[in-house]
Amino acid sequence: MKLLTHNMLTSHVKGVTKGYPLLIKATEVKVNEVEFNPQFISRMIPKLEWSAFIQAAEGLGHLQNLPSTVVPEFENNEDFLRDVHKVLLEVEVIEGCLQCPESGREFPISRGVPNMLLNEDEA
Amino acid sequence: MDSRAENVKAVRKTKEEKKLLRKQIKASHTLLKHEGINTVSQPTEYLVVANGGLGNGVCRVQLQEVLDGAATVVSLLMPPNKPYAFVTYTSSDDAQQAHTLLNGQQLQCQGQMVTLYFSYVERIGCEQRESADLPPGLVVLEDYVSQEEEARLLQAVDWAEHDNVTVHKALKHRRVKHYGYEFRYDNNNVDKDKPLPIGIPAVCDPVLQRCLKDGHISIFPDQLTVNQYESGQGIPPHIDTHSAFEDPILSLSLGAKTVMGFRHPDGRSVAVVLPERSLLVMRGESRFLWTHGITPRKFDMVPAHGSEGSVVTSDPSNLTLNRRGTRTSFTFRRLRHAPCVCPYPSVCDSQSPPAAPAPDAPSLPRDDGDASRLEAQFVHQVYEEIASHFSSTRHSPWPRVRDFLLALPAGGLLADVGCGNGKYLGINPEVMSVGCDRSASLVQICIERGFQAFVSDALDVPLRGATCDACISIAVIHHFSTQERRLAAVTELVRLLKPGGRALIYVWAMEQEYNKQKSKYLKDSGDKENTQPVVGEGGHSVKQSPLPDVAEEKGSTESTPKLSVHTNRTAFNSPDLLVPWHLKGEEKNTCKHGGGSSADAKATPAPAPAPVFHRYYHVFQKGELERLCSLVKDVEIRTSYHDQGNWCVVLEKVPK
Repeated sequence: MKLLTHNMLTSHVKGVTKGYPLLIKATEVKVNEVEFNPQFISRMIPKLEWSAFIQAAEGLGHLQNLPSTVVPEFENNEDFLRDVHKVLLEVEVIEGCLQCPESGREFPISRGVPNMLLNEDEA
Repeated sequence: MDSRAENVKAVRKTKEEKKLLRKQIKASHTLLKHEGINTVSQPTEYLVVANGGLGNGVCRVQLQEVLDGAATVVSLLMPPNKPYAFVTYTSSDDAQQAHTLLNGQQLQCQGQMVTLYFSYVERIGCEQRESADLPPGLVVLEDYVSQEEEARLLQAVDWAEHDNVTVHKALKHRRVKHYGYEFRYDNNNVDKDKPLPIGIPAVCDPVLQRCLKDGHISIFPDQLTVNQYESGQGIPPHIDTHSAFEDPILSLSLGAKTVMGFRHPDGRSVAVVLPERSLLVMRGESRFLWTHGITPRKFDMVPAHGSEGSVVTSDPSNLTLNRRGTRTSFTFRRLRHAPCVCPYPSVCDSQSPPAAPAPDAPSLPRDDGDASRLEAQFVHQVYEEIASHFSSTRHSPWPRVRDFLLALPAGGLLADVGCGNGKYLGINPEVMSVGCDRSASLVQICIERGFQAFVSDALDVPLRGATCDACISIAVIHHFSTQERRLAAVTELVRLLKPGGRALIYVWAMEQEYNKQKSKYLKDSGDKENTQPVVGEGGHSVKQSPLPDVAEEKGSTESTPKLSVHTNRTAFNSPDLLVPWHLKGEEKNTCKHGGGSSADAKATPAPAPAPVFHRYYHVFQKGELERLCSLVKDVEIRTSYHDQGNWCVVLEKVPK
């Protein structure tokens, strides 16, 4: 699971009103090199919940030099885009779990696959 | 190189002779290249006869006659399935004479002309393998019935008669008639409570009495299946269902001889000649553990002489071809009323659970709980079991889905809900694609391909709302078993879209023929979505887990209609049905992508039956998908169309 995917994921446990962002508890993290596409990253940044992204990056110890708010005119800031690229697309959680911030329900991540299935009584 | 004709005649070669020489040289090159047979120019007493092999359809008698015409033949070796034979003459002079006389000779066999080319060899490198033994418990008794009795028995079967006292069917590969009880090819069993009005005909009594007296059986059989095989027809390898019949099984061969193949799970195989009027007794290991079948072909390799009812070995000095005639077999069996307790549980349906999940909810759901149980068993569990085989049949994206994806703006966010093996996740690299699927095995395949995906239910996609520029749901919503759930699935898809975002939905259509065009599914085109591997060789070899009668078990009322099992590649006759999936290539695939948990239980040897799984489908009728989507708020239908047996819509979320 890349942090881009994490940024989109939320907990839908029954009764939960604030299931976002999910807390990452990782036991294995990998960094896989991905080709840098500044245009793609620029387009992704406005779609991100930035604070959730920073929180996740920090939790995994991969904050790089990312600031707590998006820098202005980031489209032309290659260093910034490279940092975002690295954290967003190259860092991958292989083993661990995602925890719902409200209910505490944990969703396992195994071999890179988050399993977000709910039990019958949770849906 | 060598041409004896040249030496003998010592004159200029004619055009014909040159051509012959060229062909002969070519033949000896082929022998060297493909068979490692080294020909020599110096005459020896050994000749290799290119094109004079069993593999070319040349019979031993025919070839022997040709060879005898030149000189006295010492031995003739015809290796199995090879396009050549070896002949030994008493001297190199004789061999030379044969070469001169016979090289280039043509032989008419099995409707085609073959030209024989002769070359000398230093020695005959033809290994003789040891003769194989019959499978334990197997006996072939020759001339068990007289010719008169054979005629009487054959006469007693009236193939023209269409009655309801015996059951008579033309299967794909042979004609079949049942007495006593009907053998059902859908579940490879018999209805023990439904005897047919006519039992085993009295004309069979004398032979059965003899079997009893000779100790081949201890009790009279009560079921008879008569199979009639034309030349070229056969029966796939199978083991007679253990729970259905006692031990032994008797089979009388009438009208013509054939070769039956037996195979042990460890791979050993034995070909057994069943001469006309012989009785085959399959007992013990040969009845319970070995599969038996008849390869559909017009010629069998059989021993040229010696005992007729015997194993076909690869002994090249004793092989010829037998042209099959019409063979009628009378298979006598005794119904079993207690579970089988044979020592072979791996192939015993009484002792091991059936490979396919035992369905326990084959009625239409009455409430949401029913529906989710039905889907859990007939959708989720099945995809988990068939994941790797399913994935191997899903590689080509549908063109119109691809067009939709390629038209998305760069930098967009795409969710593929029900992404399967992820075949749409990499189509447009300019968008960020995330997939989800109910099957963990399929999601694992996506991850291994480097895509982003997670496991979730399509009714509850754990993504933030109003974030996606596009969503696709390809061949997913037809797996929900109530209208409410199908509506909920579309609603969830629309929730993910941001205003202006678009969703593409594909569902399987009841109408597989539209605008006079048959869908690819009906036309059997291979690797598109929703197409199934073609059902193999007729029902017999396929282990179908019977669909039990749940209405009775649950005591539900008659008003709940049962789901019918669809016949692959035919028109749908009901909107709600179970579609069989014939699992193939198990050994090869199971371990590859995880999901190996169930592999052990099903790890049956190659010739054993392929498991069949049933997936639930609700196929959509014309207009139904549009009506469904019109019930969803905040969305408009942009287009809808029929594409290769699917109904499709493009929805657009409108600002509130």
